[in-house]
Amino acid sequence: MTLANGWEIVVGLEVHTELKTASKMFCGCANSFGAEPNTNICPVCLGLPGSLPVLNERAVELAMAIGMALHSTIAPSTFHRKNYFYPDMPKDFQISQYDLPINVGGYLDLPDASRVSIERAHLEEDTGKSTHLGGTGRLQGAERSLVDYNRSGVPLVEIVSGPDIRSSAQARAYAQELRGILIATGASDGRMEEGSMRIDANVSIRKANAPFGTRCEIKNLNSLRSLQRAIDYEALRQVELLEGGGTVRQETRHWDELLGETSTMRVKEDADDYRYFREPDLVDLAPDQSWQDRVRAGLSPMPAERRQKLAARLIDPTSAQLDAVEVVIDLGLDDLVERAVDEGVSATLAISRAANELAASIDEVKNFSSESFTATLLMEQRGELSATQAKTVLAELLTHGGDPHEVAREMGFEQLSSSSLGATVAALIEEHPDEWTRYREGDEKLAQFFIGQVMKLTKGQANGKSVVAELQARR
Amino acid sequence: MSSPLRREEVAHVAKLARLSLTDAELDLFTEQLGQVLEHANDMNSLNLEGVVATAHPFGLTNVVRSDEVRASLDRDEVLAMAPDAQDGRFAVPRIMGEAP
Repeated sequence: MTLANGWEIVVGLEVHTELKTASKMFCGCANSFGAEPNTNICPVCLGLPGSLPVLNERAVELAMAIGMALHSTIAPSTFHRKNYFYPDMPKDFQISQYDLPINVGGYLDLPDASRVSIERAHLEEDTGKSTHLGGTGRLQGAERSLVDYNRSGVPLVEIVSGPDIRSSAQARAYAQELRGILIATGASDGRMEEGSMRIDANVSIRKANAPFGTRCEIKNLNSLRSLQRAIDYEALRQVELLEGGGTVRQETRHWDELLGETSTMRVKEDADDYRYFREPDLVDLAPDQSWQDRVRAGLSPMPAERRQKLAARLIDPTSAQLDAVEVVIDLGLDDLVERAVDEGVSATLAISRAANELAASIDEVKNFSSESFTATLLMEQRGELSATQAKTVLAELLTHGGDPHEVAREMGFEQLSSSSLGATVAALIEEHPDEWTRYREGDEKLAQFFIGQVMKLTKGQANGKSVVAELQARR
Repeated sequence: MSSPLRREEVAHVAKLARLSLTDAELDLFTEQLGQVLEHANDMNSLNLEGVVATAHPFGLTNVVRSDEVRASLDRDEVLAMAPDAQDGRFAVPRIMGEAP
């Protein structure tokens, strides 16, 4: 979306990601999503008097891994208390990093070659989860709230971008690329729907090259789609406000996905009001070079590198093929594809089947072996299965599993490949002597006639190329 | 002697800390907290060039524990200590606004 009258969107994103540790940030309670309420709680994450936090080593390493992937400087850092009262935070303060975060600076390059700067990526703890009773189940109008502290103290990294994003589409691309990086570092599963990755967007508008305008922070963006819609809505709201002679007030706004609009949540608090001060129960964090080197050595390749590697398998890739490569990387299917290509499947075919058929059943793919994928595609490539048949076999394998050859046989696909297809073609030649003569004399169009007849007899299960091969062999 | 702290500032901090103070208490604490600040201000008379700010008496860094799960508390026992509970959760009165 482009704004009218020379207005430009300016966006900075704050992405919170829960870290995939076994235990919480400052205590040994399990960090697990979906457990029975209040079963993973202890004196530390309940904020009981006298309890003391001890920092989780793995959380620090995952934070460093994120920083390294974002080209940040790993810096000596400290922890602060951010003080406020809210039922989901029993200590009445959140332990966070304030003026000295673990990761300072950095950048993220997007697939379209634009670069978004990273200001910081710091460690902090998550809060509990409230359920509102009465009214509509939302906070407004609720009679009471119930709190589950399982999430209280789960480690988080908050990644703050610079105000470098200039469109909702770029914001979405940034969030998507960052999600891929978080998954690649092993820091997160990237599940926005489960809240393990949450995004706040700071949105303002300005005339090109003018100073930045007043920004609003949009919360409750639970999907990439919400992110994009909310930014577009908010930018238009600000344009209308300013062009109508009004001013934008700095505030926090809530995105309502159903209504498709943002509304005032509260006027922004001053940082002073949080009365940040050093957490006296935690000492400085200053990972030395050898600790950093160990973490760096354990890093897997990032999406950009994997994208490049996979695209290099294609000869003169079309833009549609490059889009497919992007889908494969986003869904983490490149390992399956790479293995299939190593076993002799053409990159074009493997990427296409992964970006379409596997992508359509992505939830089932985790139980899907690379051997099954490779075997099915090799059958298709050898002409033993038509494209339609190969897709059907893949769908069956994804939902019910099994051996690709057996599945193909059970579906009655494979027998067509060899002798029976030859017999069918031979019978058709006898039935249609005139057409056969014209084909033999060089009328290539007649090949289509025979393919059509074979398809009719086999109910579409034959492979067109195999039919032509059978015809050629008899010509 | 004028206090380095204004009465409104004390009232604001009290509000953030959810403390309700009487007018007399506000006057008293404005003066007392002002004295504390003045005392801290004595530091400014010292030459502190090259002295690094300290937040902890020990020069320790990187105190971490390994990422291992340990037993949590028994839920029923915990909830029994709460003023109110429902469906395995802590029940709290109406919340007046979103988290800050």
